[in-house]
Amino acid sequence: MNLKKNIAVSDSGFIFNPDTGESFTANPIGLEILGLLKEGLDFEAVRKKILEKYKTDKDTVEKDYHDFINMLNQFSLIEHEG
Amino acid sequence: MEKLRYERPIIRKLESAMPNKFGSRTELLPKTHIDGVAVKELIDNYGSPLFVISEQTIRETFQAEKKAFTTRYPKVQFAWSYKTNYLNAVCNVFHQEGSWAEVVSGFEYEKALKNGVSGKKIIFNGPDKTEADLRKAIANDSLIHIDHLDELYTIIELAGDMKLKPRVAIRVNMDIGVYPMWDRFGFNYENGQAWDALNKIMRSDKLELVGLHTHIGTFMLTAQAYGTAAYKLADLALGVQKKYKHKIKYIDMGGGFTSNNTLKGAYLPGADTNPGFEDYAEAITSALINSDFEPGDLPLLILETGRALIDDAGYLLGSVITNKRLSDGRRNTIIDVGVNILFTAFWYEHKVTPAQEFTHYAEDTVLYGPLCMNIDVIRENVSLPLMNKGDHFVIHSVGAYNMTQWMQFITLRPKVIMIGTDGEAHLIRDNESLESITSHERMPDHLKKFEL
Repeated sequence: MNLKKNIAVSDSGFIFNPDTGESFTANPIGLEILGLLKEGLDFEAVRKKILEKYKTDKDTVEKDYHDFINMLNQFSLIEHEG
Repeated sequence: MEKLRYERPIIRKLESAMPNKFGSRTELLPKTHIDGVAVKELIDNYGSPLFVISEQTIRETFQAEKKAFTTRYPKVQFAWSYKTNYLNAVCNVFHQEGSWAEVVSGFEYEKALKNGVSGKKIIFNGPDKTEADLRKAIANDSLIHIDHLDELYTIIELAGDMKLKPRVAIRVNMDIGVYPMWDRFGFNYENGQAWDALNKIMRSDKLELVGLHTHIGTFMLTAQAYGTAAYKLADLALGVQKKYKHKIKYIDMGGGFTSNNTLKGAYLPGADTNPGFEDYAEAITSALINSDFEPGDLPLLILETGRALIDDAGYLLGSVITNKRLSDGRRNTIIDVGVNILFTAFWYEHKVTPAQEFTHYAEDTVLYGPLCMNIDVIRENVSLPLMNKGDHFVIHSVGAYNMTQWMQFITLRPKVIMIGTDGEAHLIRDNESLESITSHERMPDHLKKFEL
């Protein structure tokens, strides 16, 4: 599960899918996770980074991460293998 | 390095269609304090959920309404509508401001007496006054507003029996051009019922007809409807004066004024569109002054406004239980405030504001209460800043009807705090406990034991 390679993510939170012409915005944490996904980090690594930086807990990050991935999936921003 | 405040990640598709006519998010700043007391501190000290009432707001709102009427009309009296919020501390703020009591049951009547209101300054409304209630009200020389003929006959009988002349008014219902017409209470103006009742009172010679009362509806969005009602009551009063040479001492316009709440289905926020005290005052006083009363002989104007005086002084604080998604992808947030304590969620789109800092990101959210019941919906669709589990929020304008119509259902009712004009938080109603509920129950002997 990876973010599609051609998805453009700007520093200001603007996301563009050239396949469909659709644009999105994300909040700073969303943007940060997108950046980490682009770097190829897996869930455990993303969670570690978030826990280092923010006042939260493992369970919350896990729940919210998967919810976020589901949103990315729904918006067809995820590349499925095979 | 101190860690940053966490916010759940969101991504939103940008739409280039027409702007949403219902607008975007409305919450721009968190509501961290109420009258200088921190919301977090209140919840830490008194629990969540928690009702909070601002004494300062009650007094300011009362003074605003009083000013609107007294600058337009020479004789005005307010009577606090007990059913709207009969917590004793709340009632006493209004009594300190000079309000009489307006009650609609024997229970409320007793409450007013116990609060120290003189019987002469209690207005007794409502369709269900028992004979015992009426005896007490007659003995105390209270103002009895008659709702139906059976009550009238009972009062005439009691007056003879007690050898007292009760002070009475009749409640009048009428067509004021607003749907639905509230014609279930009192006597109708147009079809002659009101005159029939007035004739019976005047000819009995056992009652003192002191007033005329109406209460045209609730959350009235048209101030002019009150003008029509005042005109019709003035017409009746002048008719009685002409026919019986008897002066009606007061005209009671009841209540039904709006608060800042937004009715369900309204296009625009109530705070921007609902009439204000000035609008109601202008409609009512203009109708009375323009009627045929002699300028120096206007009747006393009584107002029983409840909601408009207390709603905006009440807050309900709560906490987020969890964030979820519905099957269609919509965000839903479950909070610890349910419709059992926020009855008015059935009527209004209550304003909900997070109680801690938030970013400018928001999500369309369904706000559910904690009850295991499908009806437990606080907001069907609200654009809310992102809140985490355990975060606090403030629901605004909950002072009217919730602390009287709340139900002990599934959960126990919470504490009520009043932030006094001294800036201190005062506990004015304790939370319920298991004991406070089960102490009313009785167990038959044969049901005391069981084996599983």
